[in-house]
Amino acid sequence: MNQWSFVLAAYGVVIIATLILLLASWRAMLGAEAAAAGTRR
Amino acid sequence: MHAFANPARFLKIARPATAWLLGIGLALAAAGIAGALFVIPPDYLQGETVRILPVHVSTAWLGMAGWGAIAAASISQIVWRHPLAAIAGRAVAVPGATFAGLCLATGSIWGRPTWGTWWEWDGRLTSMLILFFLYLGYIGLAAAERERGGEGRMAALFGLVGAVNLPIIHYSVLWWRTLHQGQSISIAGGSTIAPELLWPLPLTMIGFTALFAAIALMRMRTELARMKLEARLRRSAAE
Repeated sequence: MNQWSFVLAAYGVVIIATLILLLASWRAMLGAEAAAAGTRR
Repeated sequence: MHAFANPARFLKIARPATAWLLGIGLALAAAGIAGALFVIPPDYLQGETVRILPVHVSTAWLGMAGWGAIAAASISQIVWRHPLAAIAGRAVAVPGATFAGLCLATGSIWGRPTWGTWWEWDGRLTSMLILFFLYLGYIGLAAAERERGGEGRMAALFGLVGAVNLPIIHYSVLWWRTLHQGQSISIAGGSTIAPELLWPLPLTMIGFTALFAAIALMRMRTELARMKLEARLRRSAAE
């Protein structure tokens, strides 16, 4: 049993999930703020 | 707290804070991960798998701290009716659930080579799984209340009651004989883990905490912008 495969799996899942959450939140924020600014009169 | 009740004042602070937290979080998390993967030596007993410790403890901390933030937001909403409290609670719930899930995943990955099993129904693992399900319940309840135009008081009550699980998670390794190890890290000193294995932990903890805060701020800004847009559209429709 190669211990490094477990280490890399643990870090891989955390890094990928954190980046997905960051990017999704960033895109949603930019979209919502642009939409709100676009309706300004 | 009430100084931030005005969304415009909150946004004035949240905009630069988001960028700062992102930068600091990415730098510290990257340094901690690099230290854990490439610098610290293998443990004499656990071998290379000890490198999982910084990321597992960080995700566990954020899974629990996230619910602590929901409980604080719930008190603020129920007692002081703070206008941003429900938004803050909802903003923290998804990253909190994600990190609670990541804690379970990294623990399971660490458990297989260390304990010989992916899962065990012991006190720590089971109470953490309950926390994950509490997050899912809170997310569903808060979304349903928001859709119906409610103030989110039911979700706030749920957030407060769910906080009972936090001390159960913390003390589970003392109250029950579990497969999970007891407390081995202490801020006040007396950690039973060698310092040369432990130094990446504060870097990953502070780094991921900053990233968590940045994500929460981004989600709050998203909801505030959507509310602003909805209010404008309602006003235009009424005219």
